[in-house]
Amino acid sequence: MTPPAAPTQKSSQGGSPRWRRFRALMVKESLQILRDPSSLLIAVVLPLILLFLFGYGVSLDANRLPVGIVMEAGSPPARDLVAAFQASRFFEARLARDRRELAPDLVAGRIRGIVVIPATFAADLVEGRPAIQVITDGSEPNVASFVQNYARGVVASQLAQQIAEGTRPPPPLATAPRFWFNPGLESRFFLVPGSIVIVMTLIGTLLTALVVAREWERGTMEAMMATPVGIAELLLGKLLPYFALGLGSMILCTSVAVLLFGVPLRGSPLALLALSMAFLCPALGQGLLISAVTKNQFVASQVALLSGFLPSFLLSGFIFEIPSMPLPIQWLTVIIPARYLVPSLQTVFLTGDVWPLFRADIGAMLLIGLVFFVLASRATKKRLV
Amino acid sequence: MWTRLKALIVKELLAILRDPKGRIVLIGPPILQLLIFSFAATLEVSNVDIAYIDRDTGRWGTELIRRIDASSTFREITPLTGMAEARTLLDERDVLAVVRIDQDFSRRIEARRPAQVQILLDGRRSNAAQIVAGYLERIIADLASETPGGKLAASPSETVVVQNWFNPNLTYTWFTVPGLIAVISLLIGLIVTSLSVARERELGTFDQLMVSPLRTHEILIGKTVPPLLIGLFHATLYVLAAIFIFQVPLRGSLFLLYPSLVFYLAAVIGVGLFISSLSATQQQAILGAFLFAAPAVLLSGFATPIDNMPAWLQPLTMLNPLRHFLVVARGVFLKDLPAGEVLADTIPLILIAIATLTAAAWLFRRRME
Amino acid sequence: MSADLARLSDVTMRFEAAGPPALDGISAAIGGGAVTGLVGPDGAGKTTFLRLLTGLLLPASGTVEALGYSTVTEPERIRAEIGYMPQRFGLYEDLTVRENLNLYADLRGLPADERAATFERLLRFTDLARFERRLAGKLSGGMKQKLGLACALLRRPRLLLLDEPSVGVDPLSRRELWAMVQELTADGIGVLWSTAYLDEAERCGRVLLLNEGKLLFDGPPGELSDRVAERVVRVTDMTRPKRQALAEALDRSGVIDGVIQGRAIRLVMKGGEEPPDLGGKVETTTPRFEDGFVDILGGGPGGRSALAAAREPAPEREGAVIEAHGLTKRFGDFTAAENITFDIARGEIFGLLGPNGAGKSTTFKMLCGLLKPSAGEGRVAGFDLRRDSANARSRLGYMAQKFSLYGDLSVRQNLQFFAGVYGLDRARANAQIERMIEIFELGRLLGTSAGSLPLGFKQRLALAAAVMHEPDALFLDEPTSGVDPITRREFWTHINGLVEKGVTVLVTTHFMDEAEYCDRIALIYRGRAIASGAPDELKAGVASAEHPDPSLEDAFIAMIERAETREAA
Repeated sequence: MTPPAAPTQKSSQGGSPRWRRFRALMVKESLQILRDPSSLLIAVVLPLILLFLFGYGVSLDANRLPVGIVMEAGSPPARDLVAAFQASRFFEARLARDRRELAPDLVAGRIRGIVVIPATFAADLVEGRPAIQVITDGSEPNVASFVQNYARGVVASQLAQQIAEGTRPPPPLATAPRFWFNPGLESRFFLVPGSIVIVMTLIGTLLTALVVAREWERGTMEAMMATPVGIAELLLGKLLPYFALGLGSMILCTSVAVLLFGVPLRGSPLALLALSMAFLCPALGQGLLISAVTKNQFVASQVALLSGFLPSFLLSGFIFEIPSMPLPIQWLTVIIPARYLVPSLQTVFLTGDVWPLFRADIGAMLLIGLVFFVLASRATKKRLV
Repeated sequence: MWTRLKALIVKELLAILRDPKGRIVLIGPPILQLLIFSFAATLEVSNVDIAYIDRDTGRWGTELIRRIDASSTFREITPLTGMAEARTLLDERDVLAVVRIDQDFSRRIEARRPAQVQILLDGRRSNAAQIVAGYLERIIADLASETPGGKLAASPSETVVVQNWFNPNLTYTWFTVPGLIAVISLLIGLIVTSLSVARERELGTFDQLMVSPLRTHEILIGKTVPPLLIGLFHATLYVLAAIFIFQVPLRGSLFLLYPSLVFYLAAVIGVGLFISSLSATQQQAILGAFLFAAPAVLLSGFATPIDNMPAWLQPLTMLNPLRHFLVVARGVFLKDLPAGEVLADTIPLILIAIATLTAAAWLFRRRME
Repeated sequence: MSADLARLSDVTMRFEAAGPPALDGISAAIGGGAVTGLVGPDGAGKTTFLRLLTGLLLPASGTVEALGYSTVTEPERIRAEIGYMPQRFGLYEDLTVRENLNLYADLRGLPADERAATFERLLRFTDLARFERRLAGKLSGGMKQKLGLACALLRRPRLLLLDEPSVGVDPLSRRELWAMVQELTADGIGVLWSTAYLDEAERCGRVLLLNEGKLLFDGPPGELSDRVAERVVRVTDMTRPKRQALAEALDRSGVIDGVIQGRAIRLVMKGGEEPPDLGGKVETTTPRFEDGFVDILGGGPGGRSALAAAREPAPEREGAVIEAHGLTKRFGDFTAAENITFDIARGEIFGLLGPNGAGKSTTFKMLCGLLKPSAGEGRVAGFDLRRDSANARSRLGYMAQKFSLYGDLSVRQNLQFFAGVYGLDRARANAQIERMIEIFELGRLLGTSAGSLPLGFKQRLALAAAVMHEPDALFLDEPTSGVDPITRREFWTHINGLVEKGVTVLVTTHFMDEAEYCDRIALIYRGRAIASGAPDELKAGVASAEHPDPSLEDAFIAMIERAETREAA
């Protein structure tokens, strides 16, 4: 690769020595990013893979759940119900005579549930106390819940039809749930913003920890320290390019999310940018702290994955609800920066600008960032050992 | 040959166990994952904060709120005066749902006319929102059955009698912990193997191995057995934790689980060796392992069912060893999976193991030249 | 000489509370306008010494002052006026030469208007102008070192600190670098040059000799050599084999040190003792710095190798033990080694010499089976390395350049591992392990992780691991770089002993002293063997009227220059 000479030469003109040193460090770091395939791997390829997985691969929306239906007697109302199950977009229904035929399939996981319409169904219906049985595969609780709820839905709408036909009295109480911000309940709408958080964590924490640790390992940090460069310049000059890289990666991910996955962006780009910038402070600070303490790429990567990636994946509210966790773990999430970005980012995408929420989250992230930076600069005094 | 192999295997084990960095890998992730996954990673919903607008003057509205309040799912229930407030609370994520009861709610119930409860939910958390909607609907349905009109009509919640096989109370840890056995074996097997060659290359000991009379296949076996043993060890720890700490019922036979586990580990180790042969440094090996592990876990059915994935993606998951072993691990624990079914998922594991180990051996030989 | 630029007063430095101090009560001063050598084996405390001067480390006790400032209170001022080149030169390998210079120019605050002139001067000075756009990582060791020096010199420092600038650099580049540094001292700059090569010490104006954290000597190098003046002799034209003669000489109580020099041997005598009669011509010769060092340390080891005594003679064989026939290795369109041919007979030491990247490692690796040759063939103990590589490998022992045993395994576990991979059965393995423990005095350290052994013991362990299976051929890749002279003597005593038992040795080295131990040498340059023969023959080949007695290093440089002229023509 022929390096572009122009920008580096410009750095020799003007400015105070401090500013020149600072600029020189940033130019150096940017050139290194561009020439190191592994940083591009983490900043571009990995985000796209993750985005793709969360946009396409991982989905909490059950559709076309395979179920078996056992119709013990072929009365007309029973047949209507079977037809309703077969017509439902949530089920892929297969008919059988006996539940014993279906049991092995449920064990093997080939079907997710069995709906039993008893022989007495038609008679019960006339008495007003119809009962059908739904057997689910409890080994996957979430899917089991969906099967239950969807089955109830099918039965309810079937009964509603009878009400409309005047054969049944209307139910005394109806519920009308409305899902704001995401009426179609598409899980990708909240998974994709969440995965952007993970991407920024990987760049801010993992990549930063790696590159700073690499400087320690290769001895270039020592050479830097023996120059008149101040510690703050040294660290900031190192971090700003990664700050920019993180934002760039966020913009890339957002574009893909909006253009390719059809995730709405209802808030302002300004809010998105402000939140991302606030988040990168603790993320970079954490990376810096890890590298300053470990000074070794291998350990740094392990610690970054354990303390950065895993928590931002599991303890941020990205997939799992924080209030549902045991109290000690809920307390732990307070110091995890991703926990503040996930809700805000989901809001920017799906709701709009809700500044009271953003202000609190930005404040929390900056505070954590400050703590990390103070710890990191203590650990990176301009001395060795 | 046995002397040489034994020496190599003992050395590999010692190198991993005596290296402080190696110990980080062996001890840190497994414990952390066991803790986080089994306690934090739950799609159950509890401690939910909700709000309500009760414009009703009669007793039915009050009764409904009382019942919601009594439910253990909800933590705080805030009364609101109007929709503007509701909007703010939802926007700022202070509550997950707002229940709205209209003025004529009690009147309509007493008059045996259909009454409506409106529930506004935060679709940003669509999974939790759906589950909460389900809870609320059940509470409302229960209430409905006690209304004057409800005593006549059956509500859907009574119409449908649900029975959850294998896990009657839908305990979430019964689902996650057996899955974790599979995931932890993947991560440990992958990291230990992918580091093994890269580490020797970086430390310069690889040449030392190559000039010894060890043959290539001996080195490969020597690099395969220790991660296999370590993987088995971790898997066993998790099996014990599942049974004794998390009280997951073990209904099937471990004699079916372990053979399948061995082939599963072999498949994973093949991938790890491949990554390791490809990498020049430990750094690259870690990144490579991560690049494989993230999609493998996400596309395995560990957290979200494969049925939910787009149709064209589903066949691809057949190549994922984790997918097959997950079925076996969960099946053996909860379902007493019959031998035939275990075999049906073990055969793909054997094929994948053959493929990955062959590819690793090929690359390993190639890289030596 | 001008006033002292830096001063250490009673400095002690300790990294582990329990361990020995890295520096122990050091007081020293560094003056301007001269090169001060900071000399000592690896682990002696040289890097710690330099880091103390930059303020990167603070002393546990005592004071350090540089350029009139205390390193505790005013490190920034020191850093503005020194040049420091750490080990591995502190370069960014994925930046170009120019970009590295730009970076350090900005960091050191080189004014913009001086920049063009400074760069031009330094690029000319270092002869790097042609490579301005090359990535630093793609430079050869010598060029990296010059670039590192250029970066340290950007802002004409008053004190220049160089941490092992000559490691991994061939003699040719070393000589150039030395000339460059000499030029600087003429301007009054003080240079502190740390090195493990004792021959470099002789060229310094003053030497600080460190060993195990202690300052053994402080003064002009000649003063140290003078300790052994008139006690150093060369024995030439011996009737008996040189290795046997050396072994016998070293066992005499009057001899404190001895090495092989081509066909001759060189001995240092105790004061007042007569040189032993070895059936050759004895003449007094100029003492060297190293002789003084060994003398301070109380003399080298004896001449008998317990290792050699314990083993069976290597099998007699017709023809060569190690054979290279037309060995060629290409990487893409780059030819790393071309048509290299030589035979090494039983009981012979053969050396491969050459600058870095010239192809000696490639040749070495093809012969021990680590690289497959693109053409030609190699044989060890009669086994073809291509077809019979496992058999060939079971007959050879290998010792790598850098310490490459398993650092996390204990000493015993390492020995057990190597006994195992070489297929020693249980009884023999146990016997050999016990023997190695005894010979190399590893008993106290059996449970220690190999990685935390003192350097000398690492070296012993590496040798033990390489010879436990009693190989017919030994492959040694820069076996003693950085170790102290006593350990090096001990090592060669074992090698000489093994050779006497018929073991064949192939060694690569940078060390001219080490090359002198060889029976024959091949000089590899740009992938080709440009010269080969006994050390004395090579030296004789370049002897001239004004240079009647050239050193092996002189011969080395002369032959490379000759090859270059030939190529240019």
